[in-house]
This record gives sequence, C-alpha cells and structure tokens, in this order.
Amino acid sequence: MSGSGLLKCWQDVPPGTVTFGATSREVETGLWRSMRPVLDAAKCVSCLKCWLQCPDASITTDSDARVTGIDFFFCKGCGVCAKVCPAGAISMCPESDFLSAPAEASRGASPGKAGELFGA
Amino acid sequence: MSGLNIKEMTKREGPLCEGHRMCPGCGAPTAVRQAFMGIDDPIVVVGATGCMEVSSTVYPYSAWRVPFMHVAFENAGAAISGIESAHKALRGRGMFRENIKFVAFGGDGGTYDIGLQALSGALERGHDITYICYNNQGYMNTGAQRSGATPKSASATTSPAGLKLPGKLQRPKNLTEIAEAHDIPYVAQTTLHNPMDVITKVKRAVETKGPAFVNILVPCPLFWKIDPADQAQVCKLAVDSRFWPVYEVADGEYKLSYEPKKHVPVEDFLKSQGRYAHLFKRDAVRTDLIESAQRDVDAQWEKLKMRIQSSQR
Ligand SMILES: Cc1ncc(C[n+]2csc(CCOP(=O)(O)OP(=O)(O)O)c2C)c(N)n1
Ligand code: SF4
Ligand code: SF4
Ligand code: SF4
Ligand SMILES: [Mg+2]
Repeated sequence: MSGSGLLKCWQDVPPGTVTFGATSREVETGLWRSMRPVLDAAKCVSCLKCWLQCPDASITTDSDARVTGIDFFFCKGCGVCAKVCPAGAISMCPESDFLSAPAEASRGASPGKAGELFGA
Repeated sequence: MSGLNIKEMTKREGPLCEGHRMCPGCGAPTAVRQAFMGIDDPIVVVGATGCMEVSSTVYPYSAWRVPFMHVAFENAGAAISGIESAHKALRGRGMFRENIKFVAFGGDGGTYDIGLQALSGALERGHDITYICYNNQGYMNTGAQRSGATPKSASATTSPAGLKLPGKLQRPKNLTEIAEAHDIPYVAQTTLHNPMDVITKVKRAVETKGPAFVNILVPCPLFWKIDPADQAQVCKLAVDSRFWPVYEVADGEYKLSYEPKKHVPVEDFLKSQGRYAHLFKRDAVRTDLIESAQRDVDAQWEKLKMRIQSSQR
C-alpha cells in the first residue's frame, strides 16, 4: 500500500489474489470430528459409493481404484460414507475411543505451497 | 457419452480439494465434487457469494485447483459471460489454444433471487457457459433466511414457524422452468440421490455449445434439520415423492431421468426434516398444509409430464 495510506486510483489497490491452488490442504478439518468412520476392508466391495459421496474428498483409493481408507487429517466425521455403503463396511465410532492415535497418521499427498507462502 | 468410468475418475484430482470449511455432511461440496467428476477439459470457475464460495476460499487458503474467481452475490452470470467473451476474443487473436470451459455456480439466494437478472442476461446472450445452482432452498451463509426457493411451510429464520404463522406462506418459484423459457440448448434438474445423474448432467451441460443451466437440490443439514449423514437418503425421498423431479431438456426435448415406481407421499419427505416439524405436532397436525403440499407436488408433476409429452410430439 502507498506510504500515505491513501489509495488514489484503482491501480493502487493491492491485488486480492491467492495465486497458489489447493492451499486449504494445510487445514486440518479432521479436528472437527466427534465420530470416526472405521473401514472394514474385508467387507468392502470397492463400489466407490463412499468416494463419490464424501463431501470432503476424504476417502482414499489406490491405483486400481480400490478404497484404501479414510484421510483423518480432513475427514469431518459426518457419517455420509457409512450411510451410503451398501456392504455395511463403514461403522461410526466415537472419536474418544481413538485418543491415542496420531491424527496425521494417514495424511495424504503433499500439502501444496501454503507452507512456504505463509510460513505455516 | 464418453469417459464416464468411475475408476478412472478416482485417478484425477478434482477441482475442489480437501480442507474446505463447509459443515460436516453439507450437500453443496458433494454436488460440486460430483459436478466436475466427468469433465476432462480445463475449467475456469466463478462463484457467487454464499456458503460454497465463503468456505472454499477462507483467506489466505483456497480449496480450488483451478482458476477460481469470487464475484459479488448478484453477478456470477455477468462475470462468467465476461470471462467467456474475453477468452473468445483472445483466442481469436491466437493467444489461447486450449478449449477452456466456463462454469459459474451460485446458491439459490444468488441465483433464484439476487443474481436472476445477470443469469437471465447470460442465457439470453448465448454465451458458451454452464451455470450451476446448488440449491439448499435458503440463504444459509447468513443464517437460514427464506429465499425464493424455500418451499411453502418450511420454517426459516425470516419465515419462522410459531404461534401465528406456520413457516413460509408462499410457494417457491420454479427456476428450472424459468431457465427453460430462455430456450437455451440445455437445462437440467437433479439432486444427490444418484451421483451418476449429477455427473452425466453437468458433463452434458459443459459439453453443450452455448448456455446451459443445472439446478441441483442439496441439503443443508443445519437448515433442513437432518442428520448430516442423511444427505443421500433425504434427496432420494425428494425424488421418490416427486417433490423434486429429475429431468433434462436438451434442444427443446424433455426427458425424465427417473420415474419413481411406487407412490411415496410428500409427507414422508416433509417428515424427514426438522424444518417441517411444526406440521407434525402431536395434537395439532397440520393436515391442511400437508395436503396442500401434496396438491402442489401433483400439479407440478402433471405440468412437467405435459411438457415432456408435447416436446416429444
Ligand atoms: C448484495 C449482498 N447482499 C447480502 C449479502 C450477504 N450474504 C452473503 S452470503 C448470503 C446468503 C447466500 O445464500 P445462497 O446464495 O442461497 O447461498 P448459501 O449460503 O445458501 O449456500 C448473504 C445474504 C452479500 N454478500 N451481498
Ligand atoms: S465421515 Fe464424512 S467426511 Fe469422513 S470420510 Fe465419511 S463421508 Fe467423508
Ligand atoms: S461404499 Fe462401502 S463397499 Fe463401497 S467402496 Fe465404500 S466402503 Fe467399500
Ligand atoms: S450452513 Fe448449511 S449450506 Fe452452509 S456450509 Fe453449513 S451445511 Fe452447508
Ligand atoms: Mg442457499
């Protein structure tokens, strides 16, 4: 911003642009969770219904498009995946049962550029 | 339609990523994720003010992997028109080669009400754009006020159910029909009852040359007062009860996407949500309003059937 603090014309206005995408991957929305979806891999038929419906893109898959688990760094514990699963492979359990488990254990890919940008 | 293989879709990173701050179980991010699952071309997204935009762009973070522009509440239609026109002009001068697709979305407040004029202009001018309304039937980001999309009898903070009034008094407007009246190449209505319905309709909308409009009914667990886990089930009830018919209009030809086999009374849909709880009080069941809701649903269904029949003649 200019020294006087006064903006004289629109060209003086600093651009309000976030130039790196996907930076919200720094944000641990998993901290909101009070119930935790637990996947029983033996029951899962890999129909991908949970992957299609999760509002938070927190169902993880492998290169063969098989469901491998849930990304607890982001999963908010809404229970949508458990409700749409036709095989009953996901059950919702109180988060307090898992207090000793580290939250970042199953964190997905690289977090993007936000760390470098904002010193997070 | 090509490329609709769900397994392949899991290999692509969606335009909307994790870490957005929509409430748990919100229908809007599910709709936005599904909407883009079938699209291969590069996209530019414009978002009108509302929960989706606010919660996906909390400064300094962005949940978007594609160019995203937040515009004011009322002008998503105008902004996407301008971007599409600029791209066309620059492409004409050889500055762009890619076939970029332009998608705007807005909530029902931003689309049915305050952005209606900008949307209508964009559709009338014939821009090659897709406009998606994620319709949670009220102004959620400011605390569940009633909108032009809020159904009759729903209790919202500006149409509260109480001793004097039984929730909203008016019927919602039918925005999909308003879009149809613009005679554009593609209009569709869908919800979260079946992911493939959202995926195929938005893909078709985006691949259609010219303006396309898609209206997606999405639950807001806070306003609808449902268990956040139930988004798909409540949407299924909306479709099965014919409260929200799912259909598309491609080049003037109407097609019902799904016809419920057995009769599900609209009462079942209303009962599933706390925003209608005042209709079902033990000693004061509002049979009159429940019946009136059923009449409205039947009339809307008949009207749609007529449009389908006359388009196929
Ligand atoms: C011109 C203007 N009026 C009011 C507001 C305040 N406002 C911000 S979001 C919002 C509600 C948006 O409702 P809707 O478009 O349905 O999206 P939702 O939040 O429900 O997803 C309102 C009223 C605003 N940003 N701009
Ligand atoms: S509980 Fe909700 S956020 Fe978590 S994985 Fe299941 S659907 Fe996704
Ligand atoms: S919905 Fe159930 S069966 Fe289908 S992939 Fe998910 S966990 Fe597996
Ligand atoms: S208030 Fe409603 S629409 Fe907004 S993020 Fe929360 S659940 Fe979604
Ligand atoms: Mg809304």
